Amino acid sequence: MPKAQVTFQDIGVTVTVPAGTRLIEVSEKVGAGITYGCREGECCTCLTKIVSGHENLAAPSVLEDQVLKDNLAPRHHRLACQAQILGGTIVVKPT
Amino acid sequence: MTTTMRATADRADPVELARGVHWIGAFDPDLRSFDIILRTANGTSYNAYAVRGDAGVAVIDTVKAGFGERFFRRLEAVADYDEISTVVLNHLEPDHSGALPELLRRAPRAQLYVSHQARPMLKGLFDPEEFAGRITGVGTGDTVDLGGRTLEFFNTPYLHWPDTQCTWLEDEGLLFSGDFLGCHYCDMRLFNDAVGDFRFSFDYYYAHIMRPFRAHVRSALDLIEPLLLRTIAPAHGPVLREDPRDYVRRYRALSKSGLHRHQVKTLAIFYISAYGATRRMAEAIAAGAESAAGDTDAPAGGVRVSLYDIEGSEPHPFVDLIEEADALIFGSPTINGDAVKPVWDLLATLTMVDVKGKLGAAFGSYGWSGEAVPMIEDRLRRLKLRVPVQGVKARLAPTPEEFSACHALGHDITLHLLGRAEARAVDMAELV
Repeated sequence: MPKAQVTFQDIGVTVTVPAGTRLIEVSEKVGAGITYGCREGECCTCLTKIVSGHENLAAPSVLEDQVLKDNLAPRHHRLACQAQILGGTIVVKPT
Repeated sequence: MTTTMRATADRADPVELARGVHWIGAFDPDLRSFDIILRTANGTSYNAYAVRGDAGVAVIDTVKAGFGERFFRRLEAVADYDEISTVVLNHLEPDHSGALPELLRRAPRAQLYVSHQARPMLKGLFDPEEFAGRITGVGTGDTVDLGGRTLEFFNTPYLHWPDTQCTWLEDEGLLFSGDFLGCHYCDMRLFNDAVGDFRFSFDYYYAHIMRPFRAHVRSALDLIEPLLLRTIAPAHGPVLREDPRDYVRRYRALSKSGLHRHQVKTLAIFYISAYGATRRMAEAIAAGAESAAGDTDAPAGGVRVSLYDIEGSEPHPFVDLIEEADALIFGSPTINGDAVKPVWDLLATLTMVDVKGKLGAAFGSYGWSGEAVPMIEDRLRRLKLRVPVQGVKARLAPTPEEFSACHALGHDITLHLLGRAEARAVDMAELV
């Protein structure tokens, strides 16, 4: 299975994860500070800054795009409960 | 409750607050428990308001289900349903949205304005298809023209739900603040200069509703303080027309950090111990933390380390400490496969304050299976603390290696607090 490396800047940990994992699952397991609410892509609580490697996440769905827009999310921010890891290296930081 | 305070309980009259602005809410003097987490000696009110412009009438908030009849009677005294062009919900909780679907049915011209965060929540209240095309999401700076006067919105999320907002009527200096700056205090005399002394209710409401969101309280105050406020009309409790700034200042004072000392970080270790093993682990963690803490008197600050035996106190006095601490470490023995009750009681208080993003860790001695440590870690993660260092378990009396692990736990958490933790790499498959 393809693997990816995700770095959580707030706790200085890089995790090797299987492709297809969502950011929130990794964050929870490693104890990083990404907070979440609904885990269904609605509440925007888990908004996360993608410091680098944005292209290594699956593109946001129409619904995620709408929630990001409604909440005036800056560029290269994603919902951790929705963003699926594809491969490569990604660096993230809780907002 | 005196006759004066109750005499007008069911009077149908709306109450004029300002030119073309009426209170049209409902009183609930007999309520004694609210949202499970609050008690009230004086009941509450569900405040709703009507604002008349040249081109239409706006209704701001509604009332709890069961109080709709009184709300609609008061509304009908100030407006016809076909005059209502605008409905604003500052907060969707059922005590404010109970009469919303019926209002939208009775007022077919009305457009509903809610915060962007509220829109996806509406489907929990009614079938949005019924009101398709009549719902608009708004944010800070958006306005609605009522003809000759304008409502302006301020997005003030997490006071105390993600959806909350305030609505500003500039020509009267009137802020419809939703739950923000409200309280559960029912007095038919309505205005803060006429009702009984409600200061304790105001502070109690802040402590139970707003305190867990105090960073958001401060952000909202930043938006509100520059306004030329003449009246604050909250969704519960008295309308604040005399010295409204006093209440804004009170929120500013309540939401400030009380204990913080310049740049020093604080690490609090809470433990309870049956035979002394968990206590000695706590002391080893504290020693490890001290070894990395640096000088708290240095200009760059350091880490102040504190140890607390929770057997010596009720949980409540620790709440202020927990709110101000930057890192929280909890130690519990495992008894019958669980952390012990005093530890759970203390962990239950964490929802009273904002703990998101703080550092957390757990440790404890056990005799057989040692579930307490992962259970506490799980609780901390679910309360959105960061738990970057794995907890330490020791079977009965800790070995020298286990004391070393405790020392390392304190040391490593402290480095995280100081932003000096070394980067590390792990495989997800190795994580519990």
